[in-house]
Amino acid sequence: MSTISTTQPLTTASSSATDRPRSGNWDGGNEPFKASYGKLMMWFFLLSDAFTFAAFLTTYGLIRHRNPAFDPNSGQTFEFSTAYWPIPDKVFNGFPGLHGMDVPLGFVALMTMILIFSSVTMVLAVEAGHRMDKQDVQKWLLWTILFGATFLGSQAWEWTHFIHGTEEGTLMANGTRFFGANLAQNQYGPVLFADLFFFITGFHGTHVFSGVCLLVYCFIATTNDTFHKRGHYEMVEKVGLYWHFVDLVWVFVFTFFYLV
Amino acid sequence: MAGWLHDWPFTYRYNDQSVIHSAIQPFIIMANHVNTEQLPAGEIPKPNVGWIWKTFFVLVGITVLEFVFVFLMNPGTLRNSIFIVLTIFKAFFIVAEFMHLKHEVKALIWTILIPMALLVWLLIALVSEGTYGGQAIQNAFN
Repeated sequence: MSTISTTQPLTTASSSATDRPRSGNWDGGNEPFKASYGKLMMWFFLLSDAFTFAAFLTTYGLIRHRNPAFDPNSGQTFEFSTAYWPIPDKVFNGFPGLHGMDVPLGFVALMTMILIFSSVTMVLAVEAGHRMDKQDVQKWLLWTILFGATFLGSQAWEWTHFIHGTEEGTLMANGTRFFGANLAQNQYGPVLFADLFFFITGFHGTHVFSGVCLLVYCFIATTNDTFHKRGHYEMVEKVGLYWHFVDLVWVFVFTFFYLV
Repeated sequence: MAGWLHDWPFTYRYNDQSVIHSAIQPFIIMANHVNTEQLPAGEIPKPNVGWIWKTFFVLVGITVLEFVFVFLMNPGTLRNSIFIVLTIFKAFFIVAEFMHLKHEVKALIWTILIPMALLVWLLIALVSEGTYGGQAIQNAFN
């Protein structure tokens, strides 16, 4: 005799039940890690995403090790060459509106600041969500979207600058002058230098783009009172976790690609 | 009307353990308590953002420090080590405060940190061993 009869209501998880906040029980009487299901799964996703970025950084470390570094004690002044790995502040020294000026790492410093600032506005949005302050959530989400979009725009400029190259270009081994970079050759150094630049910053930029899309969704849902009716702004919190992770990845990309 | 706040377990969790920076904890927990208990219906508690800006200034400070080292120190293993240490500091503040991990339960903290530690080990091992491996493969073909 089956204890599960078909007459039992199988639809207890109706819309009203799922709309309620995950109230400390994952329907099992306890709450693992005292965290909601959604937040915990976001943490695990971010952990797996960290593996992907670690793979990129490993590749970068290996390839960089395989190439000799420029020796500043050799008495020569640094110039772009495929013989050694370029010095980052000689490559990334452009700034919008300051054509021809040497601003080592100036623009990337600005981008870093923009991303840190967007993290702050994000955490302010999460804090406002805890207080059920719809207007503050909207305000801070908008600021975060603005900073995120600004970062993407900055990256677009950075890529354009990198792809088009300097006015002088570099004399390549076959005697022609090459300007900028593509996946097959570049004026800055070994071929893989540009490839890694495109792949690592590109993969990070894709994450930022996804983050901006999620933030726009959160803003629309906040405006439509979706979260307020639900009784909590946990979605903003989960997207916030993702957004901070993107900032975190940039911190590492910044160190290993631009500083070291 | 204040009922939804009462029945909202997340509020309790927030009040009990989460968020609050340890330095201002006594003050904040009290403030939150008062807010949720005695606030008139529909009223919104005051923001509590001091710890956010504190973390922000720490992050900006470390970034500025990194740039000081870029321009005032010659490249080398020592400078790279300093960069990596400063990066880990920055990562700590982002993860602990902004992502709130410091205020989660210990089991969750370790669940995240242990795989990350193993990952860093793997990264170091792959970069150092892989360099030898790559050379060995190349030598085999030369």
